[in-house]
Amino acid sequence: MKALTLTLKNSPEQRIDMSPLACQLLKALAIEDIAAITLQSGKRKLRVDELFTIEGSDSQQLIIKNSHEKLDFIGKDLDGGSISVVGNAGAYLAMGMKAGDIKVSGNAGLYAACEMKKGYLEISGNAGDFLGAALPGNKMGMKGGTILVKGNVGQRAGDHMRRGNILIEGNAGDYCGSRMTAGTIAVMGQTGRYLGYAMRRGTLLLWNQPQLSASFNDCGAHTLAFLPILFASFRTLNSRFADVTQSFNRVQRYAGDMSEMGRGEVLVKI
Amino acid sequence: MIINGVTIDATFAEAFPMKATRAIITAQNEKWAMISAQAMTGFATSVIACGCEGAIERVLEPSETPDGRPGVAVMIFAMGGKGLAKQLETRAGQCVLTSPTSALFAGIDGGIRIPLGKNLRYFGDGFQSSKLISGKRYWRIPVMDGEFLAEATTGQVDAIGGGNFLVLAKSQPQALAACEAAIEEMRKIPNVIMPFPGGVVRSGSKVGSKYKTLGASTNDAFCPTLKGATRTDLSPEIESVMEIVIDGLTKEDIDKAMRVGIQAVCDLGAENGIKRISAGNYGGKLGPFHFHLQEIMA
Repeated sequence: MKALTLTLKNSPEQRIDMSPLACQLLKALAIEDIAAITLQSGKRKLRVDELFTIEGSDSQQLIIKNSHEKLDFIGKDLDGGSISVVGNAGAYLAMGMKAGDIKVSGNAGLYAACEMKKGYLEISGNAGDFLGAALPGNKMGMKGGTILVKGNVGQRAGDHMRRGNILIEGNAGDYCGSRMTAGTIAVMGQTGRYLGYAMRRGTLLLWNQPQLSASFNDCGAHTLAFLPILFASFRTLNSRFADVTQSFNRVQRYAGDMSEMGRGEVLVKI
Repeated sequence: MIINGVTIDATFAEAFPMKATRAIITAQNEKWAMISAQAMTGFATSVIACGCEGAIERVLEPSETPDGRPGVAVMIFAMGGKGLAKQLETRAGQCVLTSPTSALFAGIDGGIRIPLGKNLRYFGDGFQSSKLISGKRYWRIPVMDGEFLAEATTGQVDAIGGGNFLVLAKSQPQALAACEAAIEEMRKIPNVIMPFPGGVVRSGSKVGSKYKTLGASTNDAFCPTLKGATRTDLSPEIESVMEIVIDGLTKEDIDKAMRVGIQAVCDLGAENGIKRISAGNYGGKLGPFHFHLQEIMA
C-alpha cells in the first residue's frame, strides 16, 4: 500500500487544527471517509479534501506535503504509525504523542512535543518555544520518548520535563531545562540565559560552556560511566549525535538548581 | 564404553531445577573487574551452605560490555527466586559496589526482573540519580572514587544445577591434572559455571548422614581410603576421585560442557592414570534431569 499523502493546495488563511488526522484515528476509515473529515480552521470547519489533494491509502504512513506553519496539532496524541511532514509544522506538533514517529523537514512552532509520552520526533529545522514542555498551568511536560532538533530551539525547552531525551544540534534559547523534574537535554550549540532555572533533577548535557546562574555549584571534572551508554543509544539516529567523534565521557559537573532541590546537573564537555 | 582406555560408566548424573541470573561487572581494567567478580562469587560453591552457587562465566572484551570497558560475566544459581534475589543483592552491594572503578550491568535481558542496582541506590543517601536509556534504567550512585553505575535489574531464568561427573584415577596428581584439563575446556562453553574451587570438588557428597543435623556427608563409596571399610564403588587401583559439578541455563548447555570435559579427561587417557568416568546420582529420586554419560559421549 502506498503512504497516504495529503498535499496542501493553498496557504491557509486561518490556523488549522490537524488533530483529527492522527494515524490511529484513520485506521478504520476509507479514503472517502478521510476526505470527509472536517478540520477546524478559525471559526469554520473545512473538509480534508477542500484543503488537501489526497493520494495513496496507507493511513498508518501519513505524508503531509507542502505543509505550512499554520497547520497546528499535527500528530496530536499519536499512538503508532508514522507522519512525515514536508515543509513547516505549526504549534503543538506531536502534543501528547504516545507512540510512533514524526519527522518534519522544516521548522516547528510553539509547544512542539509538549507533554509527549513516548515515540520519536525529528525536526530538521528549528523549533519554537516550549519544546517538550508542559501546557500552561500543567506540572508535567514530556514524559518519555526522544526529540531530535537539527536546528535551533526557542525558549523554555524542556520546561517541566519529566523523562526522555531532547537532543538539539543547534542552539537553545533562554530558560532551557527550566523547572525540569528529570530527563536529559543535550545541546551541541550555545545555550541562553537562565539555563536550568529551578530544575529539580535531570541532566543538561552541553558541548559549550554556558552562562550559569549563581545557584549552580561547580562539582569538578569527572569521567562518568553512564555517558558512553547514553551516546551508544543515539547511534541509530540520523543525527550528529550518532557520530562517535561527538561522544565524550569527561565533563565538568555543576549541580543545581540550588534554589530548588538541587539534584539536577549541568554537564559540560571538557 | 571405553574411550582411550578410560571406562565410561553406564550411569547418569542427576540434576535439579534452579533459578539463575547473570551479571556483568566492568572496571577500569580486567584486573579490577576480575577482583570484583572473584569477591562476588566467593563462598558460593554449593547451595548446601552458601545460599547460592556462583562463579565467573567468562572474561568479556570491552566491545562486549555495555560501557565499553573490560568486564567479567558472573552467574549465580539458587534453589528459588527469592533466595537468588537476596544473594545477588547482598553480593553486589558488598563486593561490586565496594570495588574500585566497578560498574554493574544485567547479563540476562529476558526472564523475571530481579533487583540489581535497584535497591543499592539507597546507599546514595538521596544523592543518587537514575537514567532511563533505551528502556533500561541505570542508577548512578555517588561514591568516593567517583560514581558507581548499576543497571536497576537483571533477568532471572529457570536453570539446572548439579550436573556432574567423577574422574577416577590411579593417583591424586593424575586426577587433578585431568580435572584441570577438563575445566580449561569447559570454561569455553557459554551459559555454564563450575562453582567449586577451581571448578573441581574433592569432597563429593551423598544425601544424608549418620548425624541427624547434617543433610549431606562424604560420599564414602568413592573415598579411596575406605575401600576396605565400606561398600565401595572403587576398584583396587583407584587412589583418588575428583568431581566436576556443572550448573547451566539449559540441559543442552550442561550436556555440551560435560562432553568437552569428559573428552579432555579421556584425551589424557589410561596412560596418564585415568581409569574411569562416573557420575553422582541418587537413584533418580532427587532431580528430574538425568545426564547419561554414555549417551553424552556417544
